[in-house]
Amino acid sequence: MLEMIQGLIGQPAGLAVWTMIKILLIVLPLLGCVAYLTLAERKIIGWMQIRIGPNRVGPLGLLQPIADAVKAMFKEIILPTQANKSLFVFAPILSIAPALAAWAVVPFTDKLVLANIDASLLYIMSIGSMGVYGIIIAGWASNSKYSFLGAMRSAAQMVSYEIAMGFALIGVLMVSSSLNFVEIVNQQAKGIGGGSLLSWNWIPLFPLFLVYIISGVAETNRAPFDVAEGESEIVAGFHVEYSGMTFAVFFLAEYANMILISVLTSLMFLGGWLSPFPQSWGLLGAASIFWLLVKVAFLLFCFLWIRATFPRYRYDQIMRLGWKVFLPVCMIFILVLGAWMQTRFSLW
Amino acid sequence: MEKLHNFFKTFLLFELFKGMAVTGKHLFARKITVEYPEERTPMSPRFRGLHALRRYANGEERCIACKLCEAVCPAMAITIESEQRADNTRRTTRYDIDLTKCIFCGFCEESCPVDSIVETHIFEYHGEKRGDLLYTKPMLLAVGDKYEAQIAKARELDAKYR
Repeated sequence: MLEMIQGLIGQPAGLAVWTMIKILLIVLPLLGCVAYLTLAERKIIGWMQIRIGPNRVGPLGLLQPIADAVKAMFKEIILPTQANKSLFVFAPILSIAPALAAWAVVPFTDKLVLANIDASLLYIMSIGSMGVYGIIIAGWASNSKYSFLGAMRSAAQMVSYEIAMGFALIGVLMVSSSLNFVEIVNQQAKGIGGGSLLSWNWIPLFPLFLVYIISGVAETNRAPFDVAEGESEIVAGFHVEYSGMTFAVFFLAEYANMILISVLTSLMFLGGWLSPFPQSWGLLGAASIFWLLVKVAFLLFCFLWIRATFPRYRYDQIMRLGWKVFLPVCMIFILVLGAWMQTRFSLW
Repeated sequence: MEKLHNFFKTFLLFELFKGMAVTGKHLFARKITVEYPEERTPMSPRFRGLHALRRYANGEERCIACKLCEAVCPAMAITIESEQRADNTRRTTRYDIDLTKCIFCGFCEESCPVDSIVETHIFEYHGEKRGDLLYTKPMLLAVGDKYEAQIAKARELDAKYR
């Protein structure tokens, strides 16, 4: 395929076009998933509240995301008079760009990956930290006190939880001794269960697994850590002044980040594309992208489940959880893990 | 011991899982949503919706312009003017209800000595421009004529409790 395109339009241009096609093959299904994740969220939360959720647009409400998208596109983008116009428009772009760029290094199977770089985990960490700039700039450029409060809260929260998240990942690095996702997943195929459910990182690294998931919820500013939006106190937080498509872009970024966090959790703790069954089980035991999708869908369901269940944390409780609970837990566990790896009971 | 118990309870997220069990159970519960235009909830005969003026079976309007409803109306939504007709009976020349003021308390209906002003079961009506919701006498009489069967039935069902 690559050779064919390069034969048509020359070496470098062909490579660029081929890469572009691959990017589109990742981004377009991703945006489709984001659209239907919004519907899934409304449906599942509705069911949990004994309602039935949207069911008017199309059969079972399946066209609802399209109706929402059309509505968002036709709405006016209101620029507040006192806002800094260029930053105001730039902020949503800055929040969605990292959410999409991170997908460059995410492997879907051991062959199917856009850029199989050695430091892919490091790349994800650094790109992930960029997301907070979009929010801060949005809050600052809006020139509104609620936006600003939301941005400040969100900045403090994201910075705090990034540390806990980073520590949780250090544990994964220690056991897999690689920053490359494909190797991290392949490492989980060895060990007691021989590639099945039992050999994945989530059992030996269970505390880090929990810390990572909870920090992931906090990183994406999802309930119960959604003080950045805090509808009941600061209206909608950092995006209170945004409307129409600019708002929709923030929305897209939040959901794309949710999917990203779920994929990363599946890769690092739940064995990525490895099957939960022993390899001797034939087709059920074979590793494939299907298992990755199942795991991601389950984690996304948990995200929605958590949102439907818990009330919002108070701001100081969020800070306490991040700094005084997660950080010490991670540090102690890493120490324990290091000692464990030196004993003859080491699994790695 | 108590402290140790609490420590494990906290770190095993015991209470969080308990909460999630509740929402998880409701995920499969029977949904209670009433899909409104297709399904409706039952309505009491005492339901207080759009107003109507009734007539007797011979076509004579019931209202005798006693103005009790106008006096009792807490929102002052009713305006009545009356005159003596050729047959020496007192009748209204004007009977306006401003539905934008009305609070649907049902006092007018209760105060009426001849069961003329009533509130029907109609609640799906709207106005498209200013003034559309100021119901005048002919409009109220028209509502009464159209829904007389329904109005009479509701009164009959409620009669034994009055």
